[in-house]
Amino acid sequence: MFAYYLDLAFRSLKRNKVLTALMVIAIAVGIGASMTTLTVMRLLSGDPIPARSAHLFYAQIDPDPTPGDRKEPYDVIDYQSAVDLWSAHRADRQTLIIESPVRMRAPDVNLPATMPTMASITADFFSMFDVPFQYGNGWTAEDDTKRAQVAVISADLNQKLFGGANSVGRTLRLRDTDVRIIGVLKPWRPSPLFYMVAGAHYANGDTADLYSKTEDVFTPFFTGLELNDGNFSQYTCWHLPDHPGHLRNSPCVWVRLWVQLGDSSKVAAYKQFLDGYAAQQKVLGRVARPQNTRLRSLMQWLDYEGVVPSDVRLQTWLAFAFLAICLFNTIGLLLAKFLRRGGEIGVRRALGATRGAVFAQCLVEAGMVGLIGGLVGWLLALAGLWLVRQQSVPYADLAHLDASMFLLTFVLAIAASLLAGVLPALRASRLPLGLQLKTL
Amino acid sequence: MQIQPILAALRRHRLATLLIALEIALACAVLCNACFLIANRIALIHLDSGVDQSSLATVQLTGYEDNQANDLNARVLAGFRGIPGMQSVSVLNSIPFGARRGTAGMTLDQAGQKFGGVVEFYVGGPGSLKALGVKLVAGRGPQMDDFQAFTGLMPNNASVQITRALANHLWPGADPLGKTFWLGDLQYRVVGVIDHLVRPDPGGWPGDRKDWSIFVPAQTGVFLSGSYLLRADPKDLPRVLREARDMVRKIAPDAVLDQEGSKALDDLRAEGFQKDRAMIGMLVGVIAALLLVTALGIVGLASFWVQQRRRQIGIRRAIGATRNDILRYFQIENFLIVSGGIALGMLLAYALNLVLMQHYELPRLPLYYLPIGALILWGLGQLAVLGPALRAAAVSPVVATRSV
Repeated sequence: MFAYYLDLAFRSLKRNKVLTALMVIAIAVGIGASMTTLTVMRLLSGDPIPARSAHLFYAQIDPDPTPGDRKEPYDVIDYQSAVDLWSAHRADRQTLIIESPVRMRAPDVNLPATMPTMASITADFFSMFDVPFQYGNGWTAEDDTKRAQVAVISADLNQKLFGGANSVGRTLRLRDTDVRIIGVLKPWRPSPLFYMVAGAHYANGDTADLYSKTEDVFTPFFTGLELNDGNFSQYTCWHLPDHPGHLRNSPCVWVRLWVQLGDSSKVAAYKQFLDGYAAQQKVLGRVARPQNTRLRSLMQWLDYEGVVPSDVRLQTWLAFAFLAICLFNTIGLLLAKFLRRGGEIGVRRALGATRGAVFAQCLVEAGMVGLIGGLVGWLLALAGLWLVRQQSVPYADLAHLDASMFLLTFVLAIAASLLAGVLPALRASRLPLGLQLKTL
Repeated sequence: MQIQPILAALRRHRLATLLIALEIALACAVLCNACFLIANRIALIHLDSGVDQSSLATVQLTGYEDNQANDLNARVLAGFRGIPGMQSVSVLNSIPFGARRGTAGMTLDQAGQKFGGVVEFYVGGPGSLKALGVKLVAGRGPQMDDFQAFTGLMPNNASVQITRALANHLWPGADPLGKTFWLGDLQYRVVGVIDHLVRPDPGGWPGDRKDWSIFVPAQTGVFLSGSYLLRADPKDLPRVLREARDMVRKIAPDAVLDQEGSKALDDLRAEGFQKDRAMIGMLVGVIAALLLVTALGIVGLASFWVQQRRRQIGIRRAIGATRNDILRYFQIENFLIVSGGIALGMLLAYALNLVLMQHYELPRLPLYYLPIGALILWGLGQLAVLGPALRAAAVSPVVATRSV
């Protein structure tokens, strides 16, 4: 029966090509626009590290000693709290993160010095975040405490400096310190650059920069702190620091602390540990609001920070409003199409077809419009994503349609057209029989 | 032409009429708000920076040590000033549309209880405010002894110039000259008001806040170095900037030239607003597609109705209606449907604007957008229905005598 309906639908669509084309265009344009924005949206709001995100947590306390009631702690913490919490080793894995621009040259490569961003982190960083290595490895916990003069570099930088060759063992001059390269990353592009996200909720939705590439140079936390002292910038301070750029014992917040916690009991225990630390610091007079501790999971943190650029959200809403308009349009056109065939439907009913059969036949026709519309819409979405890639936004290179979004295109197109078809099909199947036959 | 029979006919096609009206309503809501968004972005792109951007460029140097800063300043200032066509070289920490180094929260009292707002402190050496070309509207500009040496973020006890927008925000209705404010423990006194001086990153700030800037005069030194403002005739600027960039390698071999940050201000501005341009393009695309789809819907449905009513049209023609009458009939019918859609659409447009205001710091939709949107949709409706209506008018009276 289905095959027969398909045949009928095909014939009917062929009979009035203009009306069919109008419907297909409406569905295709709506689907094309919404799939383009939906793909970008999914790309930007997705989980940057699905295998691990459930166990990664961002720890915050409020180290500001000035009284007053603030609901939320600062997005990052001060040096002393960060190092205290880190060295307690209460989590399965933990890493401190700071960043700074550093003057960099490779002494045995004839290229001018540049100023890449250096992330200074502790040993667990690479294992916590599943960072893939092309050559070599990260460093050990011992290297952290020994302030080993080593570095891990990105695939990009390795390409630029060493033409992609295995550069483990070669030297990099960071400011005035020579460090030995012990690891080269594979291309790694978490989206967003989740471990650096902070302060995004003040950005008024201007958050596209969170989707840029990773840092080019990674050094051990204390090594980086020492070799680039004076070049660090604070997130904010409650007093002006005595020496700008020297933040170790400053009244400033600037350090990120990420922890990995295997199960919910560990999460609860770590939260308790944070609370305990804050309470103890309150006694010491270093903390005014010990209740302001937070332990958000990675996705909660990204959600709290509002990482998806507001332009992208706006575009998504716009695209779906547009799809809704296209749907109304299709409903109207399908109605016209089905009701025009009143006579034909009347004959079928008179020959014994049930209302259900007529209804099903109309829906099959609507679904067929959806299928063709989806096909054209898919092409339009590809064109749309190509346009996105031409923009100069940091996430431009990521905008591709993957297999699941390809499937979703057709699911959405057929679902939309079936939805649009229900009302006209219902109308068509309920046409008064006699009246239609009389007009023939 | 009587409206009564048209309404009676529409009542028999309630569902189709309703659908088209709803489509028009949604289109009206999206159209008004999208146009408003476009207008906002265009206003942002064309905002008055208050500075002579087309005469200005910047060179950004990094990677040198603190103890090299004074030497670097001296060599760069002297070297750049020797470039033919260079009108002035000065040091300025933040650059409009470029580097942002002075964003901080200020207070109106020393205790730090009365928060004034997050503003941009432009800390500049001698000649920098003049080079920017801002317009002084009250008080005085910086004098030679206003430029004091300092350590740390910024000089203390400085006499500063603030923008009119910031003055109006801090002391509405009062004379800002002579007023004081604080940044932490540092105190500042307002001695001049400037017309406009845009923040380095205006795109991220709503409304007047784009213009909340303060100029703090200071001596160049360790804490004011590496960020240079170049001024030249717009004709010479590309060459002057190129020569300055090339010169850096010779006069400051220890410094790293920030390739991305060292550009003409016009270029920095264009880059800064690139995503707004892209957004405008996308919105224009959506509006065009929206109008197209709506028009196609009207054409489709009107054609259907014309075909459905061929006999009635024939009968009307046979009993004396002119071609014009038939044409008018479909035009008025379309006008009525579109009007219904617009009435609902205006409410929707307003509601959509409220939602957008909540989420995107957008101002309220000015009311004049509604009649403009209505005119566009009426025009679109008439245009779309013209083809089918003409076909209806062409139906011959003979049709009435045939059984179709």
